[in-house]
Amino acid sequence: MHELSIALTIVEIAEEEVKKAGLTSVGKIVLEIGNLAGVETEALAFAWQEAVKQTVLEKAEYLVEHTTGSARCLSCNSAFELAFIYDCCPCCGGFRKELLQGKEIRIKSLEIL
Amino acid sequence: MCTTCGCSADEPASITLPGQPARPLVVSGAPQKQFRVLERNVLHKNDQAAAHNRQHFDSSQVLAINLVSSPGSGKTTLLEKTILALKEQVPVYVIEGDQQTMQDANRIQATGAPVVQVNTGNGCHLDADMVHRALHALHPAAQSILVIENVGNLVCPALFDLGETYRVVVMSVTEGDDKPLKYPNMFESAHLCIINKTDLLPYVDFKVEQAKEYALRVNHRLQFIELSATKGAGMENWLNWLKQEQAALIPVN
Repeated sequence: MHELSIALTIVEIAEEEVKKAGLTSVGKIVLEIGNLAGVETEALAFAWQEAVKQTVLEKAEYLVEHTTGSARCLSCNSAFELAFIYDCCPCCGGFRKELLQGKEIRIKSLEIL
Repeated sequence: MCTTCGCSADEPASITLPGQPARPLVVSGAPQKQFRVLERNVLHKNDQAAAHNRQHFDSSQVLAINLVSSPGSGKTTLLEKTILALKEQVPVYVIEGDQQTMQDANRIQATGAPVVQVNTGNGCHLDADMVHRALHALHPAAQSILVIENVGNLVCPALFDLGETYRVVVMSVTEGDDKPLKYPNMFESAHLCIINKTDLLPYVDFKVEQAKEYALRVNHRLQFIELSATKGAGMENWLNWLKQEQAALIPVN
């Protein structure tokens, strides 16, 4: 359940940003989670409810944007999208690849009130 | 300065009420609602702490191994046998990670290796700050090997860099050979995969070549060592790998 650690870290970052702005709470937070990041968005949403209690995020609108994984094939050099880390290149069937995108766990933006 | 009349807009307005002590109230503009584009990596703090640990390992030429696996794959037994085999040649230090108890630290202490136990409570993984604090209690010597035995869990520890030199994932033949596909993040982030308990191969359905093929789909750079920690077969390959990687950290002059 590392999603709880992630939710608590987000709370910590939001608390810092709110303090820096001299304001009191967050109205909206937008997260970016890659589909290869190893973070279950349902588990994160569940952990979120507990993690944000009595914090600046308690009443915040919570949005998650999903990033689709992508990789470059090291055999035929084509770029392709991945649903799973173990997907092969659709052009040549090779598994040797370099991941380009999909492992993001980011706070994109905050609306501070 | 105001361009209309030359007044200073920087000076806060001072307002004094009749009958009040002569302490001016400072009225400044109320803070406005703000929209912040952060693009901040949530694990940034952990990554910073990991970089700090890595710098420490690099400067003291310590080979730091983050040993990960599911519970029961034989990490602690492997570690006991490793320490006993290496202790005359290179000092081995251990950070033990478990949710509860001192059991594993006691087992390691019995081998004579310096060890500290990190109990994560309800936590499912070690993070870089826990390792940092453990290092301050353990003080591994320069040019030694430090093994960080992570919490038995193939999911959560995958996301947390500890600053290790190498991540070593252990899978045992009593598990399914499709573990690399089921828990791809861990195998994708590992440098070496140990296939343990090979002495039990005649009794189980585990297919070594199939397991390797699945793991290579996830991580084509992954290396493998097959061994039986309890019976000793294949241990030489693992011990040689550790010694070579430790020696590789020491500059030749």
